[in-house]
Amino acid sequence: MNILVFVKMVPDSESKIKIDHSQNRIDTEGLNFVMNPYDEYAVEEALQIKASKGGMVQVVSVGPDESVATLKKALAMGADEALLIKDEQRETYDGLRTAKIIARVVKEKYADYNLLLFGKQSIDTDNAQVPSMVAGLLDWPQVNIVTKLELEEESGAAFREIEGAVEKVTFSLPAVISAQKGLNEPRYETLKGIMAAKRKEVPVVSLQELGIQESELESRLKLVKMSPPPTKEAGKQIEEEPEEAAKQLVRFLHDEAKII
Amino acid sequence: MILTYMEIREGKIKKSSLEALSEAKRRADDIGEALGAVFLGKDLEAFAEEAGQYGASKVYLLESPLLEHYSSSLFTSVLAGLVDETKPKALFFSATAMGKDLSPRLAAKLDVGVATDCTKTAANDSVLEAERPIFAGKAFASFQFSAEPWIVSLRPNVFPLIEPLSEKGEIIKKKPAVSQGQAKDRVVEVKREEGAELDVTEADIIISGGRGMKGPENFSLLKELVALFPNAALGSSRSAVDAGWVDHQHQVGQTGKTVSPSLYIAVGISGAIQHLAGMSSSKFIVAINKDPEAPIFKVADFGVVGDLFEVIPPFKKELERFKE
Repeated sequence: MNILVFVKMVPDSESKIKIDHSQNRIDTEGLNFVMNPYDEYAVEEALQIKASKGGMVQVVSVGPDESVATLKKALAMGADEALLIKDEQRETYDGLRTAKIIARVVKEKYADYNLLLFGKQSIDTDNAQVPSMVAGLLDWPQVNIVTKLELEEESGAAFREIEGAVEKVTFSLPAVISAQKGLNEPRYETLKGIMAAKRKEVPVVSLQELGIQESELESRLKLVKMSPPPTKEAGKQIEEEPEEAAKQLVRFLHDEAKII
Repeated sequence: MILTYMEIREGKIKKSSLEALSEAKRRADDIGEALGAVFLGKDLEAFAEEAGQYGASKVYLLESPLLEHYSSSLFTSVLAGLVDETKPKALFFSATAMGKDLSPRLAAKLDVGVATDCTKTAANDSVLEAERPIFAGKAFASFQFSAEPWIVSLRPNVFPLIEPLSEKGEIIKKKPAVSQGQAKDRVVEVKREEGAELDVTEADIIISGGRGMKGPENFSLLKELVALFPNAALGSSRSAVDAGWVDHQHQVGQTGKTVSPSLYIAVGISGAIQHLAGMSSSKFIVAINKDPEAPIFKVADFGVVGDLFEVIPPFKKELERFKE
């Protein structure tokens, strides 16, 4: 089974996010970039499927040159090949742009692949759009937020998280799956893996080389403005004996929060 | 027309769909558009009245036995058909698992954009603006749309319901021509979680535990508190999940769920930045932690400095006494 895994470079979750108001964008200076955490589950799942069923694991990223580091991490984990689709456009927050690029590359280069794996969302834009959009553009089945995946030759079953329940979804292959925490335990790269990944070339392909015109990718969303979250003032802080603290807390819930 | 997608779970309209319908009603009134509600399923007649009460003047019931169970691919085709026919100016979804699954696929089919998980919408001069958190709430971005229909999904538990009206919507029943072959993916089973716990994204009150809980066995303390509140759910920090003390479904934060409940009680949680991002938009925040310098106190409306194992039992007792 040949599998494509899509990974994205994002600021790690400990990052403090600052807005560059003059440019209406996030100030990326000094941020530490990592593989989007949900994408790690996608890479791990692909490697496990390969181990049991054989085939190729190809990782792909759409983004700037720096994304090579993220692709190298996937290679170090054990992926066979990597490809960077170079897109210098700054973040548009329009998932459709990325989805159109991915749908095109799948059609042009990977038409014989049976499975596309994504993380359920990237922790920067929090869009959770690209997997479903790619599936829509390719007219393939989709299952998002998957915590368990079972594959046969031409079909599969995935368990997906919904509010307070788990849905079992059956689908035909080829298909698009997005991974949720809990799907597996992503492996750490081994030293051997890291050394091997260092030696591997990561081919880079431009949008032009894929025959994609910028006019096809025109953003459907217009970013109007960015703002910091509303500042939250620290309220009351008490340091009383437990019984007294409990009394005051209940009074707060009644008088101020009006919860009880 | 602004069209709102209505989700049905366990024979009822989801509350968050009524929230989306209420917000759509406010925006439709702003720009002088009609409000529509659309249901997909097998027997839908019973839901029409409630949609009317929340302001929908047109209630589309798209019925087929094949629509009894959710299918991303099939539901998208059917909705795209209705959009083609009715040409709505905007589509509102609730940002539930289903809404977030369906809206981008539909957007791709229609070649339009979607703003996911919005927490605010506004309309003037016939332009819709939607604001949404990015980086799990470390920043906010607002968007306008350059192609119709404008599609938004709205975060549950954020938008107020309108007072139900004594109005009835016009019911428009359709039997879309669908075939089994169009359902490339299909829900075959829905398993409620054990104890049918409420999801943190839908809870009014969240009581969360962190590393300070010291072990999985102590989470029963928090579960007992959860049981004392209506519409409450158990949450947790990432470290408690990574330690294997609680299931990841409970995790609040940048790699978990982003929540905005009326009350968030953080117990033994220090308040790492990725956790604060996920919960600091809660209306009221209570923190119980023995470290007075813990960052969680910076966002807490009410902070108790103390050992949680000493504070929780009298807190529970006080709550019980209060309830009597």
